[in-house]
Amino acid sequence: MIRFDSVTKRYPDGTVAVDELDLTAPSGKITVLVGPSGCGKTTSLRMINRMIEPTSGTIWLDDEDTAKIATHELRRKIGYVIQHAGLFPHRTIVDNIATVPYLLGWDKKKARSRSLELMERVGLPPHFAKRYPAQLSGGQQQRVGVARALAADPPVMLMDEPFSAVDPVVRDQLQAEFLRLQEEIGKTIVFVTHDIDEAIKLGDQVAVLRVGGHLAQLATPAELLTRPVDAFVAGFVGRDRGYRALGFSSAGTISTHQEQTAALGAPTPYGAENGPWILVVDEKQIPQGWLDLDGVKPGENVITDGMLYRGGTLATQGGTLRAALDAALSSPSGRGVVVDDAGALLGSITASEVLALIEGREREPQP
Amino acid sequence: MISSVITWLNDPSHWRDTRLNTGIITQLEAHLRFSGIALLIALLIALPLGLFIGHTGRLSWLVAAANALRALPTVGVLVLLTVMIAPNFHGRTDTGYVIPTEIVLVLLAIPPILSNTYAGVQNVDPAVRDAAFGMGMTGSQVLLRVEFPCSLPLIFSGFRSATLQVIATATIASYIPLGGLGRFIYDGLAQQDFPQMIGGGVLVAALALSADLLLAAVQRYAVSRGISGRISKKQVAAPDSRLATVTQAEVATV
Ligand SMILES: Nc1ncnc2c1ncn2[C@@H]1O[C@H](COP(=O)(O)OP(=O)(O)O)[C@@H](O)[C@H]1O
Ligand SMILES: [Mg+2]
Repeated sequence: MIRFDSVTKRYPDGTVAVDELDLTAPSGKITVLVGPSGCGKTTSLRMINRMIEPTSGTIWLDDEDTAKIATHELRRKIGYVIQHAGLFPHRTIVDNIATVPYLLGWDKKKARSRSLELMERVGLPPHFAKRYPAQLSGGQQQRVGVARALAADPPVMLMDEPFSAVDPVVRDQLQAEFLRLQEEIGKTIVFVTHDIDEAIKLGDQVAVLRVGGHLAQLATPAELLTRPVDAFVAGFVGRDRGYRALGFSSAGTISTHQEQTAALGAPTPYGAENGPWILVVDEKQIPQGWLDLDGVKPGENVITDGMLYRGGTLATQGGTLRAALDAALSSPSGRGVVVDDAGALLGSITASEVLALIEGREREPQP
Repeated sequence: MISSVITWLNDPSHWRDTRLNTGIITQLEAHLRFSGIALLIALLIALPLGLFIGHTGRLSWLVAAANALRALPTVGVLVLLTVMIAPNFHGRTDTGYVIPTEIVLVLLAIPPILSNTYAGVQNVDPAVRDAAFGMGMTGSQVLLRVEFPCSLPLIFSGFRSATLQVIATATIASYIPLGGLGRFIYDGLAQQDFPQMIGGGVLVAALALSADLLLAAVQRYAVSRGISGRISKKQVAAPDSRLATVTQAEVATV
C-alpha cells in the first residue's frame, strides 16, 4: 500500500505542482493518476520513489515513512517504468533487465536466468537477449522497460505514461498484456496517463487530478463514468461516457433468438426467413460472417469466404451490455450475434432488446 | 625532391645514432616520450574533471576557461616558461627544458579531452539518466556504469584529437634545445638540408597517423556495440506493425 498524507510539492520557482494530496493506492491494485498535462501526475508519481522530494507531507510505503529510507534502497524496492523506456543503450537486453539484481549483488548467473524468465513473461523471444536497445522497436523497448522494473520482484511498481509513445494498435496490445501480467503478479501499481480511456481500461481505481495538483475525484472507472463529481471531471471523462459505462455493466444472461444459418462451402440457399441477410457458420458453429442473399444467385454458387461481410462484432454470453449493443449496432442485419465462451453461435439479439435490458438495469436501485 | 626525401629516409645511417648525430630511432623515442607523458597527465586531469563537471553540472565555467587556453600562442608560452624555469636547473640535466615543454603540451591536450568528456556526459539521454537513478543506482554508480560508458565515443574523439595535436606540436621541443623528431625539421631548416627537414615532417605525420589508428582500434574494442551502432543488419528491429497485424487478425469479426 502507498499512502499520500497531505503531500505538497512546491518547486523553487513557486509552482505548486501538488497541493495537499491525500491518496491511498491499495496493495495488489492498479491506481491510475489521470488529468490534463501539467496537473502534477508525474510529480506525484516521482515523489513516491523520491526522484522528487516532497515539500511537505508524508508518503507511506506500507507502514514505513519513505523519507526515512535511503533513496537508492527505496528505489531498488520500487519498479519504475518511464515513457521512453530509458533503456541503457550500451547494455544488452538481458543485462538491461538484470540492472536491479546486479545492484542488489545477485550473482551473474542467477540475475541472467531471472532476466530470461522475465523476457518470456513480457512476450520477448529469447534470442533478443543479446541484442541492444537500438535494435528493438518502441513497443519492444517498452516491454524490456517493464521487465527491467520487475526484475527484483518489487512489491510496488510506478509507471509514467509507459504506453504513450507507441502507436495505437501496439498500445492496445501492450495494455491487454499488461492487464494479463498484473493478474498473475498482483503488484501494487501507480500508473500515470493523460489518456482517460487508458485510465478507465487499466485502473482498479482512477484518481482524476486537476491543474494545481488537486485531487478532483477518486473512484472506480464505472463510478467515474456514471457519477462524475463535478463539471471538470465530467468534461475530462468525455461525452460518450454513458455508452462507455455500459462496458462495466454485465448483460447478465441474454435470451437470444435462434438464428438461421448457412454453412461455409454449401450452396447458397434460396432465401432466408428474416430478410436478405443470413449468418454463415463453419462446421464448429463458429460464426464466419453475414451473406447478402440479394447479391448472389440462389443455389448456383458455393458460399466462399470472399462473399462474406465481416464488419460486425460478437457479443459473448455473460459479457457486457456494451459488447451486446456493439454487436447489434455493427451487424448489417440489425441482429447482434451472441456466442458462448468457445465462440460457437448461441443466437442473436436486436438493438432494441439490448436497450430494454439497459432500461431494466437503470430502473434497478443503484447500489 | 620527393626522391631525395625518400633517399634520406632510406639511409640506414640516419636511423642509427652516430658519434656526431642522433638517429631517427632515438628521436622517435624522445618524441613519443614527450607526447605520451603529456597525454597521460592531461588525461589524468581532464577525464575525471570532465566526468565530474558533466555529472554534477558544477564548475562548468572551467570548460569554457580551458577552451580559452586554446588561443594561447604555443611557441610564445614555451619560450616564456623556459626563460622562467630553465635558469633554476644547472648542470648537465635537461629538466629545465623538459618541464616547460610538458606544460605546454599538457595545456594543449586538456581542452579537447575536457570539453568532449563534459559534452559526452551532458549528452546522455535524460531518460537514461533518469532510469539509472530510478533503478536505485547511487550517484557514482550512475556516473561509472551509465554516463561514462555512454560518453566513451566522445571521450575517444577528444583524446584522439588531443593526441594528434600533441604529436604535431611536440616538434617545438626542438626549438628549445631538446630532442624529438622536430630536431630534423629545425636542423634541416638551419642547414638548408630540405630532404632532412621534410623527412622529419613525414615522420611526425606518420607517427600521428599510427597513433590515431591504434586509438581507433582501442575505441572499437572499448565502446559498446549498442552505442557505436556496429550491429548486424539482420538483427535490426522488426517494426511494431508486424506484431500488430497478428493481433488485428486475432480480433474476432463477423
Ligand atoms: N523541475 C520543475 N521546476 C518547476 N516547475 C516544474 C518542474 N517540474 C514540473 N513543474 C511544473 O509542475 C507542474 C506539474 O508538472 P508535472 O508533474 O510534470 O505534470 P504532469 O505530469 O501532470 O503533466 C507543471 O506546471 C510543471 O510546469
Ligand atoms: Mg507527466
